[in-house]
Amino acid sequence: MEALGLLLHGFAVLLTWKTLLLMMVGLVLGIFVGVLPGLGGPNGVAILLPLTFTMDPTSAIVMLSCIYWGALFGGAITSILFNIPGEAWSVATTFDGYPMAQQGKAAEALTAAFTSSFIGSLVAVLLITFLAPMISSFALKFGPPEFFAVYLLTFCSFVGLGRDAKHKTVISMSLGLSLAGVGMDTVSGQLRMTFGSADLLRGINFLVAVIGLFGISEILLTMEERLALRGHAAGISLRVVLSVWKDLPKYWVTLVRSSFIGCWLGITPGGAIAASFMGYNLAKRFSKDQASFGKGRIEGVFAPETAAHASGTSALLPMLALGIPGSGTAAILLGGLMVWGLNPGPLLFVEHKDFVWGLIASMYLGNVVGLVLVLTTVPIFASILRVPFAAVAPMIVVSCAIGAYAIQNAMFDIWLMLGFGVVGYVFKKIGIPLAPFTLALVLGNRAEDAFRLSMIGSGGDMKVFWSNGLVGSITTLAIILLFWPLIDRAFAGVSRLLRPAKA
Amino acid sequence: MSNTDIEIVVDDPTAPETDSPAVVSTGVVDVVVSLLLLVLAAVLGWDNWRTGAAWDSTGPEPGYFPFYLSVILGAASLYGIVAAMVSRKEAVESFVTRAQLRRVMAVFVPTFLFCLATQYLGLYVASFLLIAGFMRLVGKIALWKSLLTAFVFTAVMFVTFDIAFDVIMPKGPLEAALGR
Repeated sequence: MEALGLLLHGFAVLLTWKTLLLMMVGLVLGIFVGVLPGLGGPNGVAILLPLTFTMDPTSAIVMLSCIYWGALFGGAITSILFNIPGEAWSVATTFDGYPMAQQGKAAEALTAAFTSSFIGSLVAVLLITFLAPMISSFALKFGPPEFFAVYLLTFCSFVGLGRDAKHKTVISMSLGLSLAGVGMDTVSGQLRMTFGSADLLRGINFLVAVIGLFGISEILLTMEERLALRGHAAGISLRVVLSVWKDLPKYWVTLVRSSFIGCWLGITPGGAIAASFMGYNLAKRFSKDQASFGKGRIEGVFAPETAAHASGTSALLPMLALGIPGSGTAAILLGGLMVWGLNPGPLLFVEHKDFVWGLIASMYLGNVVGLVLVLTTVPIFASILRVPFAAVAPMIVVSCAIGAYAIQNAMFDIWLMLGFGVVGYVFKKIGIPLAPFTLALVLGNRAEDAFRLSMIGSGGDMKVFWSNGLVGSITTLAIILLFWPLIDRAFAGVSRLLRPAKA
Repeated sequence: MSNTDIEIVVDDPTAPETDSPAVVSTGVVDVVVSLLLLVLAAVLGWDNWRTGAAWDSTGPEPGYFPFYLSVILGAASLYGIVAAMVSRKEAVESFVTRAQLRRVMAVFVPTFLFCLATQYLGLYVASFLLIAGFMRLVGKIALWKSLLTAFVFTAVMFVTFDIAFDVIMPKGPLEAALGR
């Protein structure tokens, strides 16, 4: 198989001391942000992104993706030891993880969490290895109308399938798409929405917005909470690890089920949060002994962690193959790719083979190294929580500012970041989701270009989006998804009408 | 298992009281934000209309795509205003309590001052001041610890970015005096 050969080549690219060191640094930083309250995957990646600006793209993406894996691992530590989910997707882990820690089985719970994270990611990476090249070679045949249809599908599925209020998702998305258009128009060279400001001429940088939205606003939100915490410290011994691993085969159904759910939800923009809950609930439903869930059952840790990681990892699949991120963090990684002048999408597999396979190989390696690292260093990371937030918060602010400034060397961007911090804080509190905004801001220009190119090609005829079977079915699917809640309700109504007739 | 006997306990003496009165309800903020978004949509829409939101011989004009987006944004915000006004749940939900607001301001105001200081004093001096000041005044951490932490962090940042990676940050009079 061609994929295997390229993957081996990817490993060869990675296996240098420098890359391995970067990987370790990335993982440690990632676990660090995962453990800290109020910081998580997207924030961590966004804040640490500027560190990588001076590296070559492969090292940079390896480090960034390792930060991401680290954050995924780190979230489990606080959920189990402190009953504080470091991430929204580790909420389900607390249900059984924390009771286990209370019963003195913290080490088992942590081992279970890390191991299942590893398995979940591994399944997703395997999926990426074999599916991504296929999808991307298929997508090479896409023209502008097809690409616009795929973008449309992404946006519509957010609106139709998201759990937030529909109009709020639409607000978030259209705001993101509009702001993406600020600055010089790439097709005609005309200025748009700059209102005579020289600073807006450059446009609103995606990463600056993300650092504000996720970094600054998260600190404001964290300060609202009571930051006191009380939890267990735990060290993991080899004996515990081996005994948990020995029992693993017993839970293969749960692991397989959760991996499958995770991969599916990760590729569609449903996200790791939904995946972790679904994994947990299904494990509970199919269990013979449902009452024991929530009281410290190891399956209750396996199920959500596997699903969350499978989903977090497979969210990178559409990003690599089509240039469409499946999650907020994937969107930020995509923003990073653009900084290094790489254009994510199907051409990446052709033009930058080394880079893509290096990244995929780093997913394998990063997870293995991460598992070992996290199993050996848990006590150190748990004690990070002893550092008072009053010391951590200003350091995060400084890192955010450095990040925002470094992107374009503009003081204006630091103010913009602060503004987005306030916007993010208010939006989160009134329930306007930020993920669609992020996605729209990063995809905005490309969606518009695809739209305009297809319009120019067809002479302004909207029928171009139904001009052949492929583009037609994607566009139709997009519209169905957009109105999915209505269609779903209509189906429910019809079946309710029919049921009394049957009874 | 004996290794779980040790507990990690962190206190938060300045935690916001749970019984603090709400400053404003979520419903009110929702209406205000939706109104602001409506205004923004109108401004963006007008600007794009001016740029040209129609079709010419080569295809859509530059303002076409963003113009219709601002129409969508405006429509959704309009709907948001109505939805927020009729929502009973949001009307009673607290957006932020007085105690919470105090804590949020305790971060926001220093952050704002930090941005201002960065503009005039340079990033490194500003971050030293922010970290030391925040730890001492907000966190009530011993002065020497605050100063030391701030110095070490700022120095590490300077070495990492300015010396090792050559990422240039805004600088002020202090750096100029030191010849960097």
